[in-house]
Amino acid sequence: MPELTLKHDPYNLIITGVGGQGNVMTSRAVGNMLSLLGFHVTIGETFGASQRGGSVMSHVRISKDSSWSPQIPSGHAHMVVSMEPSETIRVLKDFGNRDVKVITNTRPFYPVGVISGQISYPSDDDIRTWISELTSKAWFLNATEKAVAIGDPILGNVIMAGALAGTGELPLDREVFHTIMASRFSGDILQKNLDAYAFGVESVLSRKI
Amino acid sequence: MSPLSSGKKGSRHLFMGNEAIARGALEAGVRVVAGYPGTPASEIIENLAKIAKEGSRKLYVEWSVNEKVALEVASAASFAGLPTMAVMKQPGLNVAADYLLHLSGSGVRGPMVLVSADDPGALSSVNEGETRYYAKLMEIPLLEPGDFQEAKDMTTWAFKLSDTIKNVVLLRTVTRLSHASGTVVLGEIPENGSNAFFKHDGFILDPNEGAILSPPVEYKHTEQQRKLKIAEALFEDSPFNTYTGPEKPELLIITSSICSLYSKEAVSILGVRDRVGILKLGTTWPLPPKRLLKHLSSCDHIFIVEEVLPFLEDEVKILAAEHGKTLGAKFFYGKKEGYLPMVGEMNPDKVAAALSRILAMPQPGMDDVYKKRATEISFAGSPHREATFCPGCPHRASFWTLNTALSMDNRNGFVCGDIGCYSMAVLPAGFSTLKTLHAMGSGTGVASGFGKLGGFGMSQPVLSVCGDSTFFHSAIPPLVNAIHHHSNMTLVVLDNSGTAMTGFQPHPGLEKDAMGNVAEKIDIPEVCRALGAEVRVCDPFDVSESRQVLLDLMDRDGVKVLVLKQSCALSPEKKSLKKYTMSVDQSLCAGENCGCNRLCTRIFACPGLIWDKENNRSRIDEVVCAGCGVCSSICPKGAIMKKEAV
Ligand code: SF4
Ligand code: SF4
Repeated sequence: MPELTLKHDPYNLIITGVGGQGNVMTSRAVGNMLSLLGFHVTIGETFGASQRGGSVMSHVRISKDSSWSPQIPSGHAHMVVSMEPSETIRVLKDFGNRDVKVITNTRPFYPVGVISGQISYPSDDDIRTWISELTSKAWFLNATEKAVAIGDPILGNVIMAGALAGTGELPLDREVFHTIMASRFSGDILQKNLDAYAFGVESVLSRKI
Repeated sequence: MSPLSSGKKGSRHLFMGNEAIARGALEAGVRVVAGYPGTPASEIIENLAKIAKEGSRKLYVEWSVNEKVALEVASAASFAGLPTMAVMKQPGLNVAADYLLHLSGSGVRGPMVLVSADDPGALSSVNEGETRYYAKLMEIPLLEPGDFQEAKDMTTWAFKLSDTIKNVVLLRTVTRLSHASGTVVLGEIPENGSNAFFKHDGFILDPNEGAILSPPVEYKHTEQQRKLKIAEALFEDSPFNTYTGPEKPELLIITSSICSLYSKEAVSILGVRDRVGILKLGTTWPLPPKRLLKHLSSCDHIFIVEEVLPFLEDEVKILAAEHGKTLGAKFFYGKKEGYLPMVGEMNPDKVAAALSRILAMPQPGMDDVYKKRATEISFAGSPHREATFCPGCPHRASFWTLNTALSMDNRNGFVCGDIGCYSMAVLPAGFSTLKTLHAMGSGTGVASGFGKLGGFGMSQPVLSVCGDSTFFHSAIPPLVNAIHHHSNMTLVVLDNSGTAMTGFQPHPGLEKDAMGNVAEKIDIPEVCRALGAEVRVCDPFDVSESRQVLLDLMDRDGVKVLVLKQSCALSPEKKSLKKYTMSVDQSLCAGENCGCNRLCTRIFACPGLIWDKENNRSRIDEVVCAGCGVCSSICPKGAIMKKEAV
C-alpha cells in the first residue's frame, strides 16, 4: 500500500445537509473508508434534529495518530460537502476560511419559512456567486436529480462521497468504497451505489461542474 | 453479524460512543441489560438487542416500561449473580433515583453498571440535567470516559469495580461522546458465564447469602461508605486519569469527559503545549485526592473545564482548601470566576477563548474580514430552518385537529404537553398548541390539577397529550389520579405505534419486544376504559371526524381519552410507501386571492407543499411529499387532490 498522506492533520471535513437527507450515511461511509486505511477518524454529529427538517452537520476529523474533538473549532474547516446549497453558506459562516473548498448539491430543500412564503430562498445564481466568493474552490452538482434518475434520492449522499473522492483531497479510493458497500448490500442495490459513487467521481474529474 | 459482537480482539473499528459502551459491556460478560429509550443513550440497548436477537450468546435485553423498572429488572440479575447493566438518559435517572437510593444502600452481588447519558446544551432534550451529582448523592463511584476507546475500556472496568466493591457503578456519558464516532481497538468477549441463582437463605446481614435490603440503615450505610473508600483507593492509580504536559506547567487544566478533547484542541490552537498541562480525570467521584494533590502542588493556576455545572470545580476547590496549609493559595479559573458559562455545552472555541484570556493572549477565532462577509452573505443566503414535523407525520394532522377544535370550541382551552417528537408542538410546526412542557407524563398530571380548578371559576377546557410510549412510562398514574378525583380533562394519546423520537423502540403497546420476540400487547384504549375513562379512537388523518369527536368529548365532564392512532411517517413499514399521489389543481387553487390565507403553506405548512410565488399557486413537491393525503382535507377550495397510489 502506498504511503497515505493527509494535506492537514487533523483534516477537517464537514458534511452538511437537512435532517432526513441521509448525511449520517455519507459521514459514516467516508469515515469507514478512511478508518480502513488506518487513519484515526473522529465523527461528531447531532442526531436531534436529524429526522425533522433541521440543519444537520457531521464533523469528520482525520488524523494519522489520534482522536480529536468531535466539534471542529470555528473557521477551521478544510472541506465542506453539502447536500443542500443554503446549508453550505450556513456552515461557511461558522467554519469557513479563505482556503476552504466546497462540494455542494444544487437542489434546494426549502425551509418551512420559505415554503410558507414568509422568507425567501436565494437564487441559484446568488448561491453560486456567494459560495465561490467564500471558498478557494467550489464544485456544484445536482446530485439529487442524478440520484432520482439512478433510483433513489438517498443515493445523492453516495454521489457526494464519490465527488469528494474525485477531488483527490483525501485518500479515498474506489476499491475501499466497494469493499464497504459490498459488506452491506448486494445485487441491484450494490450496483446503484457503485453507479452513484462513480458518477460523483466522474463529475469532479470531468470538470463539467 | 456486526463487528460489535463478532469483532476480534485487537481489531480496529470506527464505533459510535454508544457502540463502544455496548462492546465494553459485552467484553465484561454482561448477561442482562435493561433501559428506556432516550437520546443520547438509546443506541446502547438497540445494539445489544440486535446481538441478543442473533442468539450467538446468552444475553437478555429489554426496553423496560420506564427507567425505574429498568433499574429494578437489571438489579434482579445482579442479585442472582449475573453481570448486568441499566441504561438511560439523565432525566430517566431522576425517575430511577428512588430505587437507586435503596439499591446503593443494599449493595449488589453480580457486577452492576448504570449508564446515564447527559445532554449538555439540550441538543435533544428539554433540559440539561446532570448525572454527576447523583454519584455524590447516592454515594456510588462515577466513571466518565473521555474518548471512544475509553468508552469501551471504562465500561468493562466499571463491571470489575462493581464486582470488587459489590455496589452499583455509575458511568456517565454525554451526547457528544455517545453520538460521535471514533477509533476503538477491541478486546475479548468472554464465553458464557455461570447460571442465575438467588441465594436468600443465609443470615440477614450476610452480603452473599442473606436477603438484600437497605436496613439496618446505619450498618448498611457504613458499609456503603467503606465500599466508596475502596473505589477511591483504586482511583489513585487508575489509568483513566492521565496527565499530558510539562512537569511544572504555568497553567493546569483539570477536565473530564468530552471536555478533555476540547481542552486538547484549545491548547493545540493556541500552541501552548509547553506551557499548559491537562489533567484528564476519568474517575470523577470520589476524586482520588493523592493524585490531585500531586498535580495541584505542581502549579498555582488551575483552569477547570467541564459541563454543565461546576461539579469538578467545587470538589477541587474543597480539596485545595482542606490542604491549604501545604498547598498554599491557588488561583482558580472556572465557571464561578466567569471564565466559562454555567449553562450550555462546551466546545473548542469556548475553551480556547477562556484559555487565551487566562494566558493574556490574543483571542483565536475566524479572520474578521472573512467572518463579517460570510455573516452578511448568510443573512440572505441561508434562510432560517425551523424544525418541523416530517412530511406525512400524524402529529401535524393531530395538532391541526386539536388546534382547530380548541378555536371552534372558543372557551380559551389549552393543551398540556409532554415529552416526545410532539413536544415540537410548542412551535409553529404544531401551531403552537402546547402550553406547558415538562417531564415524561407530566402533561397529564398537570392537566389532572387544572381539571380541579373549576371550583375556582376556571371554565377553560383542559387537554393533555402523550405518546404511546409515554403513556406506559408515566401517564397511567396521573390518569388514575384524575379519574379518582373527578377531574375534568381530556387526554389525547398520540399513538404512532413506537417510540418514534428515539428510533422506534418497541413498548408494551406492541406485539414485539426489544429482541424481536412476541410480546404481550397491552391495549391503551382498554386500559383507559378499565380505569373508568370515556374512550374514543380515531385516525388523525381523518381530520374532520377526529375534530368532531374531540369537540364532543370536550363538552362533557369527567376524564375522557381520545386515542389518535396512525403510524409514524418514518416507521419501517411505511417508509417510501405513498398511500396517495397528490397534486394541486392549479385552476382551483386561488392562492393569495381566495381568502384562505394560504392555509396549506402558511399555516398547515407541511414541507411537501410548496408555495409557488410566481404563479400565485400551491404545488406538491413529489420528492418530499409522503402521500398521507391530509392536506387535501384542509384546503377550503378542494384544490388539493389525492389519488390512490398504484
Ligand atoms: S391549495 Fe387551497 S389552501 Fe392552499 S393556497 Fe390554494 S386554495 Fe389556499
Ligand atoms: S399529502 Fe399533503 S400533508 Fe401529506 S405529506 Fe404530502 S403534502 Fe404533506
